[in-house]
Amino acid sequence: MLIRRAEPIKSSEITSRDLFLRRREFLRSAGWAAAAAALAPTLACGDEGEVPPPALAAGVDTNPFRTDEELTTFEDATRYNNFYEFGADKSDPQRYAGSLRTRPWSVAITGEVGKPGTIDLDDLLRPHTVEERIYRLRCVEAWSMVIPWLGIPLGEIIKRFEPTSGARYVAFKTLLDPEQMPGQRSRMLDWPYVEGLGIDEAMHPLTILATGMYGRELPNQNGAPLRLVVPWKYGFKSIKSIVEIRLTRTKPPTSWNLKAPREYGFFANVNPDVDHPRWSQKRERRIGEFRKRSTLPFNGYADQVANLYEGIDLRKYF
Amino acid sequence: MSPSRRDRALQAFTITGGALPAALLVVSAFTDGLGANPVERVTHATGDWALRFLLLSLAITPMRRLLGWSWAAPLRRTLGLIAFGYACCHYLIYLGLEHFFDWQLIVEDVLERRYVWAGFSAFLCLLSLAATSTRAMMRRLGRRWVSLHRLVYLAAVLGVIHFLWLVKSDLREPLVYAAVLTLLLGLRLWFWLARSRARKPAPKEAESKMSEA
Repeated sequence: MLIRRAEPIKSSEITSRDLFLRRREFLRSAGWAAAAAALAPTLACGDEGEVPPPALAAGVDTNPFRTDEELTTFEDATRYNNFYEFGADKSDPQRYAGSLRTRPWSVAITGEVGKPGTIDLDDLLRPHTVEERIYRLRCVEAWSMVIPWLGIPLGEIIKRFEPTSGARYVAFKTLLDPEQMPGQRSRMLDWPYVEGLGIDEAMHPLTILATGMYGRELPNQNGAPLRLVVPWKYGFKSIKSIVEIRLTRTKPPTSWNLKAPREYGFFANVNPDVDHPRWSQKRERRIGEFRKRSTLPFNGYADQVANLYEGIDLRKYF
Repeated sequence: MSPSRRDRALQAFTITGGALPAALLVVSAFTDGLGANPVERVTHATGDWALRFLLLSLAITPMRRLLGWSWAAPLRRTLGLIAFGYACCHYLIYLGLEHFFDWQLIVEDVLERRYVWAGFSAFLCLLSLAATSTRAMMRRLGRRWVSLHRLVYLAAVLGVIHFLWLVKSDLREPLVYAAVLTLLLGLRLWFWLARSRARKPAPKEAESKMSEA
């Protein structure tokens, strides 16, 4: 069984899936109802338009691991994906990712580690407790979602394999199999998809390897069975369907940077002050919302990660 | 069928065909058929159809010359105006739903992003064509009308460039349009060369005629 809880839960205690997915709405409406009742006199003149949820008014979550923002619907999160291995249209991954076989699946851990090897995915995950992380995900195309991931801190996994002192970067590779992934038959990108992080970014508590979302296993179109989630970077850094994790001394190549180095950098930190050469990054469309919203530095995770880039010119190293 | 009856039927058919994609988009909007990012879908669709109808209108003359389809000539204007209609929708959606009429952002976009100014320039071309598309305008402008309406070539080229410059990596769709446009412009060039060659006699022929005279 892939998703394992720390202690057994009685079936009577399990929240119905519907209520689980709507819990924020439920809590919010209950909360607002109570607040409205208490504050009715002062709420007489409201202000229409964008009112950010209180927690994010200053660009700060009360809990960075679980934002209070409204979740994107499961439906939208699974039908609007950039996963070119299955086609370049947003609806292609949902349509064609059924051909991906997610078991058996093994991950090679190689490079600057004391114990390199190829390990079955379930064996890789078994010693760890899966946690829920609710993160914003901001695509470089200027749209974003809020997704409740289920995953394990990447740092915990890396530690198990005893990285050597030479390990300065972590490189990732996606499956290469044009039969299962029809998009790989076209040369849109140099397959297989590769990505990389600095070791400090990889070991950061926010960085996770996700195996599930919305309380269930990752759908194929979302990068099953194992994907990276680095919430303060543009979505293309969060590589999907990982088959290799390699610790390296030198900066690894990354697919979009290879494709268009002037447009996609290695860091790819979300930054409203550094535009993409062809479009602005100041604003984004939160999927499900009508109006656009301002993009936050580091996607709202500045407090947690800005220190990693102190002294670095983020305009030059984008 | 008398020619005028046939023409009217063709116009009706064309206009109906032109309205169909728009109607389908509206229906999709109400049946959650536009996906998770409806604004993006509608922007892309209206842009697509503007280009398609524009290329269709550019195909009329080559078809007439190659296949003798003289009945198609009156449809050029109709198809061009339909293309302009979709371009207007595309442009309004961009102004209103991408930028919510924030004119500062819009001007910045046009000045700084080359794919936006390519699209904007294409739109301006189409606007001037649409504004001078009436028979009254044709009469008023006379010969200048023909010169002005050569802007349609520029509009089509700018439209394809606009598409090429905005795509992230999958160039296949814009390249298809580029290929079709190249073919249509190539055919015109070929006709034009053939005509100008036909008007001039070959130099040797002229010399021998003179010596014989």
